[in-house]
Order: sequence, then C-alpha cells, then structure tokens
Amino acid sequence: MAHFFLHTMIGQVILTVLEALAVLVPLLLGVAYLTLAERKVMAAMQLRKGPNVNGPFGVLQAFADAIKMITKETVIPSGANRFLFLFAPFLTFSLAMTAWAVIPTNDGWAIANINVGVLYLLAISSLGVYGVLIAGWASNSKYAFLGGLRAAAQMVSYEVSIGLVIVSVLLAVGSLNLNDIVLAQRHVWFCLPMFPMFIIFFISALAETNRAPFDLPEGESELVAGFFVEYSALAFGLFFLGEYANMFLMSGMVSILFLGGWLPPIGIAPFTWIPGPLWLIAKILFCLFVFIWVRATFPRYRYDQLMRLGWKVFLPLSLVWMVLTAGFLLATGLLPQGGAS
Amino acid sequence: MGTLDRTVRSFLLAELVAGMGATLRAFFKPKVTINYPYEKGPLSPRFRGEHALRRYPNGEERCIACKLCEATCPAEAITIESEPRDDGSRRTTRYDIDMTKCIYCGLCEEACPVDAIVEGPNYEFATETREELMYNKDKLLANGDRWESVLARRLELDAPYR
Repeated sequence: MAHFFLHTMIGQVILTVLEALAVLVPLLLGVAYLTLAERKVMAAMQLRKGPNVNGPFGVLQAFADAIKMITKETVIPSGANRFLFLFAPFLTFSLAMTAWAVIPTNDGWAIANINVGVLYLLAISSLGVYGVLIAGWASNSKYAFLGGLRAAAQMVSYEVSIGLVIVSVLLAVGSLNLNDIVLAQRHVWFCLPMFPMFIIFFISALAETNRAPFDLPEGESELVAGFFVEYSALAFGLFFLGEYANMFLMSGMVSILFLGGWLPPIGIAPFTWIPGPLWLIAKILFCLFVFIWVRATFPRYRYDQLMRLGWKVFLPLSLVWMVLTAGFLLATGLLPQGGAS
Repeated sequence: MGTLDRTVRSFLLAELVAGMGATLRAFFKPKVTINYPYEKGPLSPRFRGEHALRRYPNGEERCIACKLCEATCPAEAITIESEPRDDGSRRTTRYDIDMTKCIYCGLCEEACPVDAIVEGPNYEFATETREELMYNKDKLLANGDRWESVLARRLELDAPYR
C-alpha cells in the first residue's frame, strides 16, 4: 500500500489529489461557516441575534446561501469582456486556494514543504491583485473600474509593509521554510518579542484582504460594491469565497509567523496532549474572530488616510524595526547561521 | 506634556482598544432582537392598521352611509354609494377602500359617528397582487367579524381619552 502511493506514478497522483482534498474540503466548509460566523458575531456585537431560522442557531444558513448563489442567473453586462469577466473570479478563487499548498498544519504536514514557502505566499497574494484588477476592468463600468483601481493600489501598498514585517521575522529564523519558521518559535512565539510588527502585520492583513476598516474597494456608500458590482450568481459567489478564503489565508499567515503555528502555548503536559492541527485551527479561528471584531468596531478609513497609514506610518516603522532586529541579532550573536534552525 | 501624552496614546492604540472593548462588552450582553414572525412587539390600542367595518351585536351593520369618512379622507381612498333599504334605513351599497392610497391617518374612524369604520391591530395584510389591496364592503365586513372581539376591547381601552 505504502509502496503504491509513494513509488508509482498513479499512486503519487492519487495521493496528491487526496492531500489537496484534505486541505480544500475543510477550507471550503470553513469559508462557508465563516460567512455565517461573521453575521452571527457582528449581530451579537450590535445586540442582535443574527440568522437563527435555518436549522438550530442558523447552522444551515450557509448552505441556503450557497444554493441561492448557485441557482441564480449569471448576468454578463453587454459591454463587458466576456472571457476576462468570467476569468477574474476563477483567478481570485483558485489563487486563494492554491496558497494553502505550503501552509504546514503540523510538523512537516504541508502539501508542498518547499524552502521558499514565504516567497511563494507573497507571490500568490500579489497575483491576487490581478483578479481584482481584471474584474474591475472587464466589467466596463465606472464603479467597478474605480473599485478595481483602489483595490489594486491598496493591496500593492500594504504588501510593501507586509514584506518588510516578514523580513524581520525571517531575520530571526534564518529560513524561508514555513516549517522552520514555526519550529523557531518553540521557546517564544514571535508575537511577544516583535509585538509592534505583529500589530502592523495584522492591520496590513486587514488592508490586504480588503476588510473593514480598509474596505474602500467595496465602499458601499460611494462605489456601490466596488470591483464586483456587475457580478451575480456563481461568479459573485466565487469572489465572495475567494475573499473569505483570503481571510483564512491571512489568519493562517499570522498564526504561522507570529503565533507559533501548530505549537501549543507552553510545551508541557495538558497542552501537548492536544494535536498540532487543532492548535493551528484554534489560532486561525481566533484571528478570524478579531477580523470580524474589528469590522464590527471601526468605521471605514478615508482613502488618503489609508495611503498615509500604509506609506508614512507602517513603511517607516517596519523598516526601522527590521534594521533594529538585524542590529540586535548581530550585536548579540543570535543571528541564525544559514539554513534550518 | 499634552503632546507627549497624545503621542503615547496614539502609539499604544488606546482609542482603538477602548472601541474594541465596547464592542466586546456588547458581544456578551443580552440581545434585544424580537424574533418577528414568532414573537411580536406590543401594540397600543390606538394602533392604526388594517380597516374593518363593524356590526352591532345583533348582526346589523353599523354604517349608516353618512359619508363623513369619505369626505374627510385626505387621500381620497374611500368610495361610498348608498340607497335606502326596504325598511327605509339608509345603507351603503358600496364601500370601497383603496389600501394602496390609504395613508393610515385614522381620520375615518375619528369622523365615524357610529364607530363603524375602524382601523384594527392587523398590520400583516401584504398581498401578492395590487388588486387584492382594493378592499370592498365584503372584505371590510369580514375583517370586522374576524377582529370584532379585539376591536371592541381597543375602543373600550381608548374611550377614557376621547
């Protein structure tokens, strides 16, 4: 059996597909329930109850929404570029899924445990901008176009500070492998020594996923719905799923870079009994709760404020912190010497 | 000192944390939602909902076709036609209310000298077609029969204030 899966062509293909399904199915279920959780948590914070009619506590609401989304008619505007119009949501959605290939859920449990995992994640999330930009352009509508431009500008600006924050983490780890990054946090999670970077990364992650208070690309009051105004039915659903899957991905990145991935908070008995993947899931869920919590709390930023925060506050801060980290590691001789920790 | 204080506060995100504290407290508070189709809020006896034409306890229509309601209706939603009945009393042959015109001001029930036309407590009379909202006398009398116990109670409760 093991021989079939590891040493024959067909076996390897089947194994890879199974591995991918093992990640994607829980992820898609998670995304479906994240939409419900968002409505429930926001409702609770506004003293409401949220959806509670479909099934106990509204647990079937996610499926009701999905069925509605699938059975509706896809409207393609007459002026739109048909191919790109339909391609954009698929791009956004599949990129959000692809990125999960390198996320380790336990020691060595990643579909692709590659040595440039962080670079891969950065590349995939940068590509995500294309989905938004193409959708905005292909719709041939001014609202969608402006939304697409805003989204692209915002995602690119915040990627810079995200990149610098990641660099300071990498300095302390000495490896681009996500597995090594988690293992380097055995003694202390990076969110403690690099607390300011943790906050900057989290806020940039909000901007990167176009979430409130940085949801300008879809600012209802001025742009109706931003880059996906013209989308309906399944195409809209794919954008929606992509956006929420990106939230999962960003939460996963926060958990892995700063919250110790699958590691328990303290490496002693009662905590180590709980398997690693559950710790990772718990951390991701906590991050997602904070995402929703922030959305329920803060009003939307103005566009110039958003750009000022990205370029004039986060960029200098993360740059200074990166230099400080490097200097501190050099001065104390803690700089990791090449390769795995 | 003020500048330093403000700078430190802004770097510690003091106001953001305070705001998130407020929402987190709300998260654990009891919810104020009324589960509408299953639970309903209280209504005042003066609530002005769907119209009804009432009858006397012996089954006789109250309406005497004085047309005061038709005259007072600011939206001109009421149409009445009348002629003397065989026993010589004046009765309506037609009493229509266009519910799409009605503004639910309650002037018709104010004007009515015999408490015949009243606005009841029912606000769930949405229909699928526009035509169903053109109420005729049969519909209004049927409403009166359906809601009579509630309508009488409401008039009684409101009487001391009239």
